[in-house]
Amino acid sequence: MNKLVLIAGGSTLVYAVLAIVMGVLPGIELSNTAAGPGVEPLTPLQAEGRDVYVANGCSYCHTQQVRPLAQDKIFGRPSAPGDFAHQTPELLGSQRTGPDLTNIGVRQPSETWQYIHLYNPRAVVPQSVMPAFDWLFEVVDQAPPGVTAVALPKAYAPTRGVVVPTREAEALLSYLLSLKQPALPDDANRNGAATPATDAPVASVASAGGATSAVDGYDPARAQSLFIANCAACHQAGGEGLPGVFPPLKGNPVVNDADASVHIRTVLHGLQGTNVSGIVYASPMPPFASVLADADIATIINFERTSWGNHGALVTAAQVAAERAKGK
Amino acid sequence: MSRTLSTTTQQPQQKEKDARALVAMLAAYSASATFWLLFATGVGTLLAFKLGAPDFGGGAWLTFGRLRPIHTNATFYGWASIALVGLALYVAARSSRTPLFSVKLAWIGLVLFNLAAVAGTVALDLGYNDGNLEYREWPWPIRLIFLAALIVTAWNLVGTVARRTTGDIYLSNWYTVGGVLWTCIIAVVAVLPWYQHGLGQVSVSGFYMHNAVGMWFTPLALGIFYYALPKLLSRPIYSYALGVFAFWTNLVFYPIIGAHHFLFSPLPWWLQTTAIVFSVAMLVPVLGGSANFLLTMGGRVRTRAHSYPLRFIFVGVIGYLVGSTQGTFEAFRSLQEVWHFTNFTVGHSHLTMYGFVTFAIWGGIYALLPLASGKEPGQLGLALHFWMALVGSFIYVIALSIGGTLQGLDWIHGLPFIQSVVDMQSYYVWRGVGGALMFLSHIVFAWNVWRMTYGRAGDAPSQMPSLPGEVAT
Repeated sequence: MNKLVLIAGGSTLVYAVLAIVMGVLPGIELSNTAAGPGVEPLTPLQAEGRDVYVANGCSYCHTQQVRPLAQDKIFGRPSAPGDFAHQTPELLGSQRTGPDLTNIGVRQPSETWQYIHLYNPRAVVPQSVMPAFDWLFEVVDQAPPGVTAVALPKAYAPTRGVVVPTREAEALLSYLLSLKQPALPDDANRNGAATPATDAPVASVASAGGATSAVDGYDPARAQSLFIANCAACHQAGGEGLPGVFPPLKGNPVVNDADASVHIRTVLHGLQGTNVSGIVYASPMPPFASVLADADIATIINFERTSWGNHGALVTAAQVAAERAKGK
Repeated sequence: MSRTLSTTTQQPQQKEKDARALVAMLAAYSASATFWLLFATGVGTLLAFKLGAPDFGGGAWLTFGRLRPIHTNATFYGWASIALVGLALYVAARSSRTPLFSVKLAWIGLVLFNLAAVAGTVALDLGYNDGNLEYREWPWPIRLIFLAALIVTAWNLVGTVARRTTGDIYLSNWYTVGGVLWTCIIAVVAVLPWYQHGLGQVSVSGFYMHNAVGMWFTPLALGIFYYALPKLLSRPIYSYALGVFAFWTNLVFYPIIGAHHFLFSPLPWWLQTTAIVFSVAMLVPVLGGSANFLLTMGGRVRTRAHSYPLRFIFVGVIGYLVGSTQGTFEAFRSLQEVWHFTNFTVGHSHLTMYGFVTFAIWGGIYALLPLASGKEPGQLGLALHFWMALVGSFIYVIALSIGGTLQGLDWIHGLPFIQSVVDMQSYYVWRGVGGALMFLSHIVFAWNVWRMTYGRAGDAPSQMPSLPGEVAT
């Protein structure tokens, strides 16, 4: 009997101590982590959207933690302890079958895109393996006043009627768009107007040419890769956009203009409500000034200006830097 | 007056009644666990298929994010927990040469385990997910049902071992009694909400998700090894002392490694580094335990190579050794940079939960259930089950290890994210092929369990050595 007390009782006592030291105490201590500057609690609608996110297990495929590693820079700055002050349950996740969503509200701010993508991801990203969340939407004959029907491409639209988001979809969208990393105090330089050459995002590490020789060192494969990573979700791999939703780059006057300044400024600062060939596009395009280095922006612009039958004048990183210096 | 007379005549009858009750308990736990294995891996196969055909099986109830936790939780708390508890109770009674402390408690435990698993499955499918916190997704009232099942089981196990008629406590019971008691603590730590907010909850998640695996499935599966191996080989375990040493080192090192699930996260760096150091220390109990099993088998494997229970256990031991060692390497920052967040981790979790724990359970059931019920499965069924499960899991783990590595390298090379999705496609197909084979083998296993319990016995020769008696005690 004594031996049983030792094995069962003794080991359980040891384990209880370890559970307190390794589980409970760090839990208590870290639960008191103060919110970082600019880290706000969610609004009721955003919180409701977070519940939809949890109910449908979004975090089994999408992380919400950016590691201090080069390959994570595309998702934002490294996550800081203060970022999680209002995040219970935590949604850091363990797998990236899909991309990290820590900063998705900045990286993809277009409501239209988010709705189309939720309804059926393959409508905008043909290779996606994400489930269609079409059951968060409903088909009605006519969108009620104040509600915009989801601008689905023909192949994905219902044969009759229009698709409108349910309350759940609206909440989820509101939550996704709320996912924005506030700048850290010591992060100001990085997100400021000028991107120092030494702190270029990882994608530009491979760029041997550097800022001055963007045109000479133009690598078509890398250019395409940058375009796919940053632009194709809306403008599509073939540059034709989505009719009436996201403007085409193929044959776009701005892209073919000999004066590239509008093109450069659009990529740097984003755009909304532009008129391309008589169609007004309401969806916002995010700014890339804080995301991409000048050389990468030049590479992307040159890719767009030489693809799909376009023949705009090429640009250099110096031109991009000059436009960047002018400010918004 | 006639009382003394009747007790003496009733003694053998009572003994037989106890034995029958023990067999009925083991049969019910095994059958119930088998149902959960079929269900959980059926869902897993559908999930694998969905990665290749994401529009197949639409609607909220069949969406990937609801089915994935159903797959993992049903595997953990339906299949593995129920099967391991059934075996642990049986081993406790047999190795202590005593009836179960309470047959009734064993049945209550079985009902509670099933109640929790059914309720948890339904809740997750309806979207009641307690925060996507891995392996504790069931809403908390349901996790309390599971905790109640654990407490009932712990009570029963301790009570049974306390009543032992043998002098020593057999090694298996160290592991199973310890495992159940520790898991009660884990379950309480995980379910209490007051101290888990934001980053604090992240650290508890790291602690919980590794302890739920390593302080529950590992000790119970090792308990099976320590009992079934000596029985199958008709020789004592190579070193009792080594088993005790592995017990205490496992107990002290394992609880510290949880934060290695959150390397490079905003958790304190010292917590992550401590976890890495103790992940290396885990090699001590892992190598010690594996060596003990392999040395026990040494020299006998060839003469008893036809024994399928032994084959299952052999694969289980190798799965323990390779899977745990792989876990240590994965904890290094340099390798995490490549493998974290990729499918490599999914391969690792299947190597351990399948290659180690599930094969250990199968070895245990095939070794002990026929011994208890007197019914053997069919020879063909054994062969089909073993080879399909082995080949299937090989394909599965290798496909995800290669695919996961490519995924991680794609990210490091700065390719567009979608490229890593495209590059996984062919490996998802191979995972589906491996998974389908594994699932087929489970159907055969169910057939085998049926023949060992309620159905007509099969034609397999007895797997036990001709020497009768409790070698293990």
